[in-house]
Amino acid sequence: MTADVVIRAEGLGKRYLIGHQAERERYTALRDVLARSLKGLTRSARDLIGGRQLIAGDEIEEFWALKDVNFEIRRGEVVGIIGRNGAGKSTLLKVLSRITEPSAGRVTIKGRVASLLEVGTGFHPELSGRENIYLNGAILGMSRAEIVRKFDEIVDFSGVEKFLDTPVKRYSSGMYVRLAFAVAAHLDPEILVVDEVLAVGDAEFQKKCLGKMGEIAGKGGRTVLFVSHALASISQLCQTAILLDSGHIQSIGATHDVLATYAANAGGQRAGFERSGPMPSHPHLRGAQILSIEKAALPEAGLKLTLAFEIETREQASVTFDIRILSSIGAAICVLLPLSEQGPLNFSLQPGRTIFNAAIRMPQLTTGEYIIGIDIVAVPGAHVEMNTEVLRFCIDDLLWNFKSRTVPSQYQIGNFVLSYDLCVNDWQCDGVG
Amino acid sequence: MSLSDITSERLIPAKGPPADGAAPALPPAPTPAAAAASDSERITVLEAGRAERNYWGDLWHYRELFAILAWRDVSVRYKQTVIGLLWAVIRPFLTMVVFTVVFGRLAGLPSDGGAPYPVLVFTGMLPWFLFSSILSEASGSLIGNANLISKVYFPRLVIPTAAAVVAVVDFLINFAMLVLIMAWTGFVPSWRVVWLPAFVLLAVLASLGPALLITALNVKYRDFRYIIPFLVQFGLYVSPVGFSSAVVPEAWRFLYSLNPVVGVIDGFRWCVIGEASRLYLPGFAASLVVVGVFLWLGVRYFRATERTFADMV
Repeated sequence: MTADVVIRAEGLGKRYLIGHQAERERYTALRDVLARSLKGLTRSARDLIGGRQLIAGDEIEEFWALKDVNFEIRRGEVVGIIGRNGAGKSTLLKVLSRITEPSAGRVTIKGRVASLLEVGTGFHPELSGRENIYLNGAILGMSRAEIVRKFDEIVDFSGVEKFLDTPVKRYSSGMYVRLAFAVAAHLDPEILVVDEVLAVGDAEFQKKCLGKMGEIAGKGGRTVLFVSHALASISQLCQTAILLDSGHIQSIGATHDVLATYAANAGGQRAGFERSGPMPSHPHLRGAQILSIEKAALPEAGLKLTLAFEIETREQASVTFDIRILSSIGAAICVLLPLSEQGPLNFSLQPGRTIFNAAIRMPQLTTGEYIIGIDIVAVPGAHVEMNTEVLRFCIDDLLWNFKSRTVPSQYQIGNFVLSYDLCVNDWQCDGVG
Repeated sequence: MSLSDITSERLIPAKGPPADGAAPALPPAPTPAAAAASDSERITVLEAGRAERNYWGDLWHYRELFAILAWRDVSVRYKQTVIGLLWAVIRPFLTMVVFTVVFGRLAGLPSDGGAPYPVLVFTGMLPWFLFSSILSEASGSLIGNANLISKVYFPRLVIPTAAAVVAVVDFLINFAMLVLIMAWTGFVPSWRVVWLPAFVLLAVLASLGPALLITALNVKYRDFRYIIPFLVQFGLYVSPVGFSSAVVPEAWRFLYSLNPVVGVIDGFRWCVIGEASRLYLPGFAASLVVVGVFLWLGVRYFRATERTFADMV
């Protein structure tokens, strides 16, 4: 271990006690109800005398939100923490920022920690924007002198100077969040712990915040721990990442590798998706998979995406489809239709499953996560099946060392036997009429 | 393993220093930039059941937060009210009028020495309102600031003590009223009035002990929220607010003084009214001891439980 390590966790664990209600009998007599409440009352009385916590429920179970977590973080590192909901990310941040005590193990921290687990902690609705800047700043650990020094900068960043003397309860929610984040963005501690707080405000403001985060991180000696579900901002900001899964560290290391593990794991759980319920009568999508994402060579220099998808039908049918590319928040970017000189291409399908293989050329997308939707149109009757979120992929780096990966989604299927090969861009289809 | 074992936070023994090979705890690392910033080299160890070593130092570090939370509570108090600060004047004034009429006129209880009855009532009411409002402000403060507790770290003692400042501000307003009443009735206080700040401090300490105890208990068991209003209402009649404690029979005087507020109110009257209001020394000493015990108990229980507040509120 070097002198550079600012946070070291050894065998860290956090335990909570949770209560469960026992199975209720179907018919309850008044006598049973009374007996149960009496039992509950004696137990609470025992807990009160013993100084224990009161937990509702008949059975008590212990639950480890974090278990045996070990890591070291060096000075100046920007570390992303990822994991599914309930993986223990926020608990880890709470322990590191001293809000709650660990139940096992120890953490050694060198330097002062400021935590930003929520935007606008302690904002008082009755106080004016000006007053709340001082209040919130002090709560986040800034000294008065520091706030005075940065006051103009904070107001400038928030863009609410006109309403500085209005109580914040009269603010729009957007203004509220901007003011709150403006204070938080000017926090300048040695170690900054940030929970998912960037997911607020409009796109422009988010960009500004990300820029500010990068600025804080870029300054020498500032260590940042950053929880987010926005994998794009994690890969943009952090060199190192920690992947948590049900309280354990599953992967730790370079961000790119950890994100890959995360993607692979998430896929492992969702593999072999089968459409449940009775099979619909119309032609429908059974599954899809991204086969490759490549950067096209010059002079086109765009993106080449190959994907396969499977359509199932009960009886012979004629279908066409469209493939839509959407941004991670669902804004449409482009739609790709199989067209020929004569109009839309129709494909006649035999009963059973048919697999299509599509190669799509499109302009280079910027870094970020994207969604692919595939809609199936049955030509007689024109039944349309909308599948808005079939596949996901992510462009991590669009420059020289082009990096991309697929993000698992529920329609993923494996093992294809290709029936149709088509190149959507050129709208040439092999073996299809 | 029994239930009590599971719930005990101290079940897992604190680990010793890390095994050899992993190198001892962080070396001091004398970097040139950090020469001035002792904070950046400050090492915090978080462990189950570990007592905070520099807790009181930390409390000092957070004095600005204390000031700003106190200022927040004070400035929010009368926001969006029409008469604002006047509320702080009206409440004690009307109480004084009622007590003077009920105890002084109807019941015909004697005042201390030559002091006018309104002055007697007011010198009892000042410390009583200070005591009772600290008790009620502070005991609900942790629940009221649950969002802060679950999102930011600071020594939790900051919250109830900052809430107590509101009561002190109200006290100062009431004190100005006492001065006016004395001027009105033409009563001149004795020279002992210089001791008054000491008794104000005593009143604050007397209320802070039970307040800390109850606020910490309130986080875990919300039953205590219902005890406070009852206690405050009850205490107003049990304590010598509307009458002089000299009317209590001599045989019961010592027992009566176990109520810490009795010592505080007697002290106040001794300061303002002077010689005529004799300080009953054994009782006063008993009050002091009770105040001390409660304060010790309150701080101790608060410190012992504050690490789990975030999990419970």
